[in-house]
Amino acid sequence: MTYFFNTPQQQKEMCEVIGIQDVDELFSQIPAEFRLTGDLQLPAAMGELELTQHMTGLAAKNYPAGQNVCFLGAGSYDHFIPATVDAIASRSEFYTSYTPYQPEVSQGNLQATFEYQSLICQLTGMEVSNASLYDGGSAVAEAVLMCLSATRRYGKVVTVGSVHPEYRQTTATYLQNLETELVTVPTPGGTAAPEQIAAVVDDTTACVLIQHPNFFGCLEEVEAIAQIAHDHGALLVQSFDPISLGLLKRPADLGADVAVAEGQSLGTPMQFGGPYLGILACREKFVRRMPGRIVGQTEDRHGRRCWVLTLQTREQHIRREKATSNICTNQGLFALRASVYLATMGPKGLKETATLSMQKAHYAAECLSNTSRLEPAFAQPFFKEFVVRDENGQVQQLLNAAQQQGILAGVSLGKWFPELSDCFLVTVTEKRTKSEIDQLTACLGSVNSPSEILHA
Amino acid sequence: MRNRLATKLLFELSQPDREGSQLPPCDVPEQKIEDIFPTSACAASPPELPELSEPDVVRHYTNLSTLNMSVDTHFYPLGSCTMKYNPKRNERLAALPGFSDLHPFQAEETIQGMLQLLYELQQMLAEISGLPAVSLQPAAGAHGELTALMVAAAYFRDNNQKRTKVLAPDSAHGTNPASAAMAGFETIAIKSLPNGYVDMQDLNNKLDDQVGVLMITNPNTLGLFESQIGQIVNAVHERGGLVYLDGANMNAILGMTRPGDFGADMMHFNPHKTFSGPHGGGGPGAGPICVVDFLQPYLPIPSVVHDKDLYRLNFDQPKSIGQVRSFFGNVGVLVRAYAYIRTHGPDGLKQVAQNAVLNANYMLSRVRHILPVPQGNRCMHEFVATASQLKNDKGISAMDIAKRLLDFGFHAPTVYFPATVPESIMIEPTETESRATLDAFTETLFRITDEPSELLHEAPHSTWISRPNEVQAARQPVTRWKPAG
Repeated sequence: MTYFFNTPQQQKEMCEVIGIQDVDELFSQIPAEFRLTGDLQLPAAMGELELTQHMTGLAAKNYPAGQNVCFLGAGSYDHFIPATVDAIASRSEFYTSYTPYQPEVSQGNLQATFEYQSLICQLTGMEVSNASLYDGGSAVAEAVLMCLSATRRYGKVVTVGSVHPEYRQTTATYLQNLETELVTVPTPGGTAAPEQIAAVVDDTTACVLIQHPNFFGCLEEVEAIAQIAHDHGALLVQSFDPISLGLLKRPADLGADVAVAEGQSLGTPMQFGGPYLGILACREKFVRRMPGRIVGQTEDRHGRRCWVLTLQTREQHIRREKATSNICTNQGLFALRASVYLATMGPKGLKETATLSMQKAHYAAECLSNTSRLEPAFAQPFFKEFVVRDENGQVQQLLNAAQQQGILAGVSLGKWFPELSDCFLVTVTEKRTKSEIDQLTACLGSVNSPSEILHA
Repeated sequence: MRNRLATKLLFELSQPDREGSQLPPCDVPEQKIEDIFPTSACAASPPELPELSEPDVVRHYTNLSTLNMSVDTHFYPLGSCTMKYNPKRNERLAALPGFSDLHPFQAEETIQGMLQLLYELQQMLAEISGLPAVSLQPAAGAHGELTALMVAAAYFRDNNQKRTKVLAPDSAHGTNPASAAMAGFETIAIKSLPNGYVDMQDLNNKLDDQVGVLMITNPNTLGLFESQIGQIVNAVHERGGLVYLDGANMNAILGMTRPGDFGADMMHFNPHKTFSGPHGGGGPGAGPICVVDFLQPYLPIPSVVHDKDLYRLNFDQPKSIGQVRSFFGNVGVLVRAYAYIRTHGPDGLKQVAQNAVLNANYMLSRVRHILPVPQGNRCMHEFVATASQLKNDKGISAMDIAKRLLDFGFHAPTVYFPATVPESIMIEPTETESRATLDAFTETLFRITDEPSELLHEAPHSTWISRPNEVQAARQPVTRWKPAG
């Protein structure tokens, strides 16, 4: 095997030093009844060339978004990734190291994480950020658990239908063995109605969970909802789109207490859904309730500024069952990618990315609603995603027809929202061009419905 | 080579109006922003991020990278973390656009190769674990633990059993009790005997009909295979409980024994350890779980199924606990695991375990002459030595030794875990290290233990920083850069 060093002769010599005849003796700790007598039933080993051919073949059976025109979003986005991100993240001093338990030989990772936390604070307006969580869905669930412990209220968590259905599902999974009730206020008009939230929030509510811009792309009345939560002593958790903050007010400025996000947009490839980046930032007063790693600044014995893992008494390796979370390995490499992305884009680049996405999404929405059978499902202001209704209710037919022309036109919504089974979600990033949007419009506008074919 | 001028933060390098990116002009008719968004939603200006040019960014991060030790540059015997070599072919293959540029909601017919790979990986993990049902969804080992415990809770609920307790040895990873708490269980620690094995008497005393799950790490965190595993499993099963195997140490037993065969009902893999996913400076990992067939209905959705020549995602599982994260899983890590398993094949995986165990025992047989190994002369893939004698005699602690090793170009072993051994030093060499490296490390240990204690208390001496003040960091936390004023 290419990755081993020791030759059979060396292995023999090592056995002699140990005082054994052969390696198998070392496995005598395993009771004989449990020893595997035959080989594992696995495919035979492959050399690098063979493996490369095999896996290139598997990859070729897929249709990468970049070889199509991608209007898919719903939490995973086809934003541009500058070359700096790949160049830095492929430095093996970063990607083959691990959690910085020895700060003296991990200052690169520690400083990069401290800068990540600082960038996330600048982005969200929050006072503290952790070093990352797994992804958007589990970050939302962790934020909710953090609110339960911060408020010492375990009765109720209130959310709304316009939060990403998989984030709500993940939260429900995390809560299913606890006493806490998850109340979901429906959003038939595409956004949450503050008065309906007010009707269910009470003094047992730990937090209100919303998303802004929401799953449908629409803007929520965050400040009004924050006020309702705060009036009852509950916290506001806002799931946000990091790119949107090039234009929109920051979560802290809108009154959120905890800001969480899927950070994939910040320089991470879509890679079929993971690994991604869970962002979690909050107000200073909750810092000791936060899940995950946190890096802090200090000085060494020479008085030099440096960085260490800190506030570790929150964590599982110290506090065990009383830890704020069980998280150990997180998403360090993707926090690094997000930092390099933000450092490369700068404030101007982020604003331009947000503006281009927004302008193109609005152009696409207008074009699509000018076709004969499509109309916008919701009237609310939106950012880079919008829901389109097919008057004929044949969403799958439309999406299939577009796919035939190499266009990934949207995400059908019926799976999560039966009442929206005639709708799909279209996402437009800065990467889409006018001609691609026109192509989408022409394609969807020319699909004949079965009834039209029948009458032709 | 370290650049001694590069000590600034990104924010301190920022210059107003410096640009690192250039976006294309808008090619669609533009609307006024105030016609799109209510003014109350808009920020007055974009967030105050640093303003840097592309060379600023690249030099900054490249210099930072040189301040890390890594597997590619140093021996990294960090016990419990399996810091083995990360094959370059896996990086190149996982980066193919046919894997890395797929949207999670693409139609199934456009991702058949991806689904085939994941389906085959499910089958391979089932074979390696001896447990037939697999979920690839969890994002890390601890997430796998939590997921499996939620699966167990759903199973008990479905069978009208009220079981509120999880048992775990006192030497278990901290994630075990933390995961149990998150899944709504009370955790009870089982004592370890001085020889490192589970205290059967304590286990039997604590086993009752309230116990839902025993979590056990095998080989355990001391690097010992629990030879009483048969009795342990039987005792738990007799009281109607389930056995969970923390698979962190699977590197020691690949192809030699299978958790399903020694009675585990559930387990997780750490593909970033066992199957060599790069650790990324603290992630990503993945935490696929394997379970016995009667727990399959409760696994997270979706799984990958194969029927009529088509691979598809199956969401039709009414008893499922639901999703534990968004989208499918940490696919990028899983693709690397697939490449690793296909590279090794059945015999190669067995050789991984053999070489990992041989390397560890070789080190043990030499290190124990310097630092005692309380749990004996044999180990699996790792062992735990103690510096307590040295501490008593010369005031040299495990931390002193760890810090001084850095001066000689070795990453330190894990220290002070497990807490059941005082002044513990946990060494896991892995199979991808040479005898020469192991010898050099051992000789350095010899040398260090002879050095004056004052020298060790202030080590390391050759690194950019030394002995950061961690107490100050925790007392007055500074967790971010702040703009002046």
